[in-house]
Amino acid sequence: MAAPTRLLLRRVIRLSHRCNNVPAAGVSARSRCCWGPSTCRCFSDVAGDRSTHFGFETVPETEKAERVYKVFKNVAQKYDTMNDVMSLGIHRLWKDMLLHVMHPQPGAQLLDVAGGTGDISFRFLEYVHSQQERQKRRMARSVQTPSSQDISNNYSTEHEDTPQESRAVVCDINKEMLNVGRKRADSMGISAGLSWVVGNAEELPFDDDQFDIYTIAFGIRNVTHIDQALQEALRVLKPGGRFMCLEFSKVTNPVLARMYDTYSFQMIPVLGEVIAGDWKSYQYLVESIRKFPEQEEFKHMIEDAGFYCVKYHNFTGGVVALHSGFKL
Amino acid sequence: MRISVHISTMWLYTGRLFQRLNQRQYVLISKVSAHQVHSSSTGFTNSSYNGLYPGHIHTTPIQKLVLAVGSGVAALHDPHRHDMVAVLGEATGHLALINLRDKMRNDPEGYTILKERPRIRLSTLDLSEMTSLPDGSFGREYLRFLQDNDVTPDSRADVRFVDDEELAYVMQRYREVHDLLHTLLGMPTNMLGEVAVKWFEAAQTGLPMCAFGAVLGPLRLSTSRLKLLFTSLGPWALRNGHRANCVLSIFYERRWAQSIEDLRQELNIEPPPVIVRTAKKRNI
Repeated sequence: MAAPTRLLLRRVIRLSHRCNNVPAAGVSARSRCCWGPSTCRCFSDVAGDRSTHFGFETVPETEKAERVYKVFKNVAQKYDTMNDVMSLGIHRLWKDMLLHVMHPQPGAQLLDVAGGTGDISFRFLEYVHSQQERQKRRMARSVQTPSSQDISNNYSTEHEDTPQESRAVVCDINKEMLNVGRKRADSMGISAGLSWVVGNAEELPFDDDQFDIYTIAFGIRNVTHIDQALQEALRVLKPGGRFMCLEFSKVTNPVLARMYDTYSFQMIPVLGEVIAGDWKSYQYLVESIRKFPEQEEFKHMIEDAGFYCVKYHNFTGGVVALHSGFKL
Repeated sequence: MRISVHISTMWLYTGRLFQRLNQRQYVLISKVSAHQVHSSSTGFTNSSYNGLYPGHIHTTPIQKLVLAVGSGVAALHDPHRHDMVAVLGEATGHLALINLRDKMRNDPEGYTILKERPRIRLSTLDLSEMTSLPDGSFGREYLRFLQDNDVTPDSRADVRFVDDEELAYVMQRYREVHDLLHTLLGMPTNMLGEVAVKWFEAAQTGLPMCAFGAVLGPLRLSTSRLKLLFTSLGPWALRNGHRANCVLSIFYERRWAQSIEDLRQELNIEPPPVIVRTAKKRNI
């Protein structure tokens, strides 16, 4: 019983901190409102016995994490193949857009939560490496004709301020997904600056103020308590750090929405059965998209957690949304 | 017309019943079948499920089409995907299953099977009793087949995509009888044996999945085995598939003590023309 009480205590303390700090106008009203229902949530947690959604099914909260674990354990081996088939390869473009918006600089520390098979982390490392190369080339070009004084200066400073190496930590609750990711990294030859950690998004195994960027791509809808995951994100980010969430969202165009729904419910479980041998897991994944809050609501949730300048971009007509916020 | 069919089957059934009561060996087996009736009924009622039977997943015709095509391609691509062969069978077998079910209904023993719904599982087989049966008896040979080929009756996937509860049982029964067919036909589980059984099943049941396997299976055989298939095994399998009685209409669980030759004669199956050796024989 120690762990849940600890969690509860931490949440109550955090809530009191949040509502004591006077945030920017516009957010203050909302944080006062959230004080009420949040305390209610704390108390009913002690009572236990709450239920949540698992796709279109209702399950006890305690069971959801276990069932999600089983889903990803089953699909881990074929996860990447299925992503390519289901999205016709478009998921690669979405992830590339995430990196483009992120625009990380060399030396950035990334925490990739629910990172599983490593797509975001690999892209991050390639991005910062190419940024580093570009910077080096620019520097080299600018000092094409150095004076002898410049040359001696360069030699003396070479070993001094080596910039901090960029680092990507892939954190996932599921060991199978991490194993698949590690194998991919090995086969791609990426190892420097990459680490793999088992952890729960609702209770991250990291200290406060550690990371420059926190990403969670297509993972947050599987978390039982999304608000807890957001609070943990706020905690582990450095001040000035950026929270970025890529997730399936509500399609705005009604024609596209109908086509998307038909494709999701008719085709995706069939593809899951044929390629991964698992109809039910992909049925869950498709249903869980419908249960996730839409763009504006999720934006409010992120603001409630304490992030500022929260924005979202829609990709592919709202099939996927990228939410971004800053810890100030 | 249906009432008269029922009356005639009831008449045949009572006649057969009298015949059976006179034969003592069936009394011993009755306790096994009673146990099975109990277990099969509890098996269907304990878990909650959406659909016509536990594990049933509703599919539209388009989904069935995509499943059929996809599973066919997947099975060709990776022959180890037995689940894909199963899905192909379910998605394409509607008409053949109706045909099989009707054949079973018209046979008194088949009708009993449809009513009692026995399932062949390791848990329901009385292994100690079966090992004590004499050589040449069906139960003993079946056990020998399971041991020699290192298979278990529990590895059959559940039926999911058949949209009728009784037809789903017929499909399940067909899957579970597959190993018994191997024993009856004397075929091991290597590629040649499997293809021979598939040819028999294709001729017997008319399931498109069996035809699919029958046509594409030989592609993976060596030339010498292909020759054996096309000269002796194949024609024998096809011929017997056509002339044999419906193999699903036999209550195998009550026939363990029956001699295998006797059972073959009853079903109108000739013994195999060639002895096909199993590659993996356990030397323990």
